[in-house]
Amino acid sequence: MLDATQSTVRPLVEVTGLKMYFPILTGILRRHTGDVKAVDGVSFSIQPGETLGLVGESGCGKSTVGRALLRLYEPTAGKVVIDGEDVASLDAEALRRKRPAMQMVFQDPQASLNPRMTVADIIGEPLIEHANMSEQDRLRRIYELMDQVGLNRSFANRYPYAFSGGQRQRIGIARALALNPRFIVCDEPIAALDVSIQAQVVNLLEDLQDRLGLTYLFISHDLSMVRHIADRVAVMYLGRIAELSPRDALYARPLHPYAEALLSAVNEPDPNRARRQRIILKGDVPSPANPPKGCNFCTRCPKVFDLCRSVKPELAEVEPGRFVACHLYADTKTAAGANRTATEAKS
Amino acid sequence: MADGAAPVLDVRGLKTVFHTRSGEVHAVNSVSFLLRPGELLGVVGESGSGKSVTMMSLIGLLPSPPADVRAGEVLLGGRDLLKIAPRDLQSVRGAKVGFVFQDPMTSLNPVFNVGNQIMEPLLKHKGMTKAQARDRAVELLELVGIPDAAKRLKSYPHQFSGGMRQRVMIAIALACDPDVLIADEPTTALDVTIQAQILELVKELRAKLGMAIIWITHDLGVIAAIADRVMVMYGGQVVEHAPVKELFANPSHPYTRALLKTIPSIAGEREARLQVIEGQPPILTGEPVSCPFRARCSHAMEVCGRENPLRRALDGRPVGEGHDVACHWSSPEVAHA
Repeated sequence: MLDATQSTVRPLVEVTGLKMYFPILTGILRRHTGDVKAVDGVSFSIQPGETLGLVGESGCGKSTVGRALLRLYEPTAGKVVIDGEDVASLDAEALRRKRPAMQMVFQDPQASLNPRMTVADIIGEPLIEHANMSEQDRLRRIYELMDQVGLNRSFANRYPYAFSGGQRQRIGIARALALNPRFIVCDEPIAALDVSIQAQVVNLLEDLQDRLGLTYLFISHDLSMVRHIADRVAVMYLGRIAELSPRDALYARPLHPYAEALLSAVNEPDPNRARRQRIILKGDVPSPANPPKGCNFCTRCPKVFDLCRSVKPELAEVEPGRFVACHLYADTKTAAGANRTATEAKS
Repeated sequence: MADGAAPVLDVRGLKTVFHTRSGEVHAVNSVSFLLRPGELLGVVGESGSGKSVTMMSLIGLLPSPPADVRAGEVLLGGRDLLKIAPRDLQSVRGAKVGFVFQDPMTSLNPVFNVGNQIMEPLLKHKGMTKAQARDRAVELLELVGIPDAAKRLKSYPHQFSGGMRQRVMIAIALACDPDVLIADEPTTALDVTIQAQILELVKELRAKLGMAIIWITHDLGVIAAIADRVMVMYGGQVVEHAPVKELFANPSHPYTRALLKTIPSIAGEREARLQVIEGQPPILTGEPVSCPFRARCSHAMEVCGRENPLRRALDGRPVGEGHDVACHWSSPEVAHA
């Protein structure tokens, strides 16, 4: 297990060796000629009440991880243990009974709400499906949920078009909360919103977490927002985790060269503050259908050396609580024990 | 870039109205600004603040109806673009003013190779022969950092990645050496590491070619990285304008202040809770007779509801040249200041 350092409590979510390949079928015979390796061996765990930020650029597989976790996709390989049960191997009926415990908030509130259903219908649908409630109880619960997310009860019979983007995202959150889930995957929940509305939604998510003890996987490409909301952060690149570290440690001193470049590319909204040296990566992300041999970052890495082009580095603990998949830290891996005592002595 | 240089673009009192079934929408309301040679003016605002409509009004890109550019002057090299015939405007677009749009996939034509698309303005505006245009197109692709340029002329847009497509768009916009380059959210659709590449490219091109740039974005981080001056728009109006360092050091409009506080920092103190601007952006139907921000403003006063504030200088320099703000609360006369 990954977080040996902080786990006296059993993690709520434990992902081991998750792989999600999408087959490439070519020709009229639809022959299987290759795979898009959207997620290629990802492992992490999330403690109860924790927010794990999952960051990376488009196409790195972060949304696919979120979807495969809730089995909206059938994972190719790997285990996803949520609250003691391996979601990846449940049969259809058991999965259906498991669904209430794990929910999702989607990126685009426009596309994820049915335009022909009223707000009450949308929020109430999971209750009809999974909870045995009288109509009265259901309506009471719908109102309660609307209060929780800050929607006016009198809007219950309106349709999604009548709401702004931020309000629609609140509807999506209320729907996700309807069945008292323990774990919510937030897939870019604020990316479609204006700056001044983003803060409202993030504050709401944080309030709900405090009040209901929720556990989040917060998927985002907005590194400043992830710094605000997450406890630990996993940086993904081309289907693999490059670095997984506690938030403060990562932002203060990213270890993986990709994490370093990614953080340096973010523009601080203040020209008067001295900024860290910007690292401009050359070129584009390679195709996940044909990832480079060895380390998947070796084509763009400013610190690349021979070994990187032939051997794939594994994610390993290089400092207490910090996991990096990079050959630069190969020596520290064996000396992890010594390293730990050194850091402890320092602090 | 010197303060005294004659502006390449001078926009005064621009008003654009859309006719809709629910009445007139005042999308751009008395917007004025000027752009000096070699300068980069950042325009920030949320969706619906009027920043894109302002720029499209300038060069007649809005369909009319429903749009109606009702008042104002747009002086480019001494000519008022709002007064010249639509045909003549074609000779301005692409030749004098280059445009880079947000989404490089939808703004490139998928059925023509990029060579054709770069050569089009050269053939049309510069009267080049095909061979000359092709040479120039190769030069342009090299300029924007596309490797193997001569070969890539034959590639189609779908064969390029997002960042590469945006480079192609920039090459097209620069084809005829425009005086002004208008970039409308050019990096919003791109990933941060690719955005960093494009920002670096624009900085280089500016130094090399010296054109003036208007950069529209909602991202204050991008503004901080590249702009000389900033214009903050809200509800179709310019609410604050200042040199970039001054704006971030002394934001004066309550909207600018609040906006800067809602963004979490990547390096500074980590805030326990994000500041929020309550409420929603305004709906701009009807004559703007009050401050558009008053419903969300924590400093709103009685006067804000009956009088739309004019831009007032804060540092003694004329409005549009130094730091100015359109706000009753933060104008110098109010006692709190």
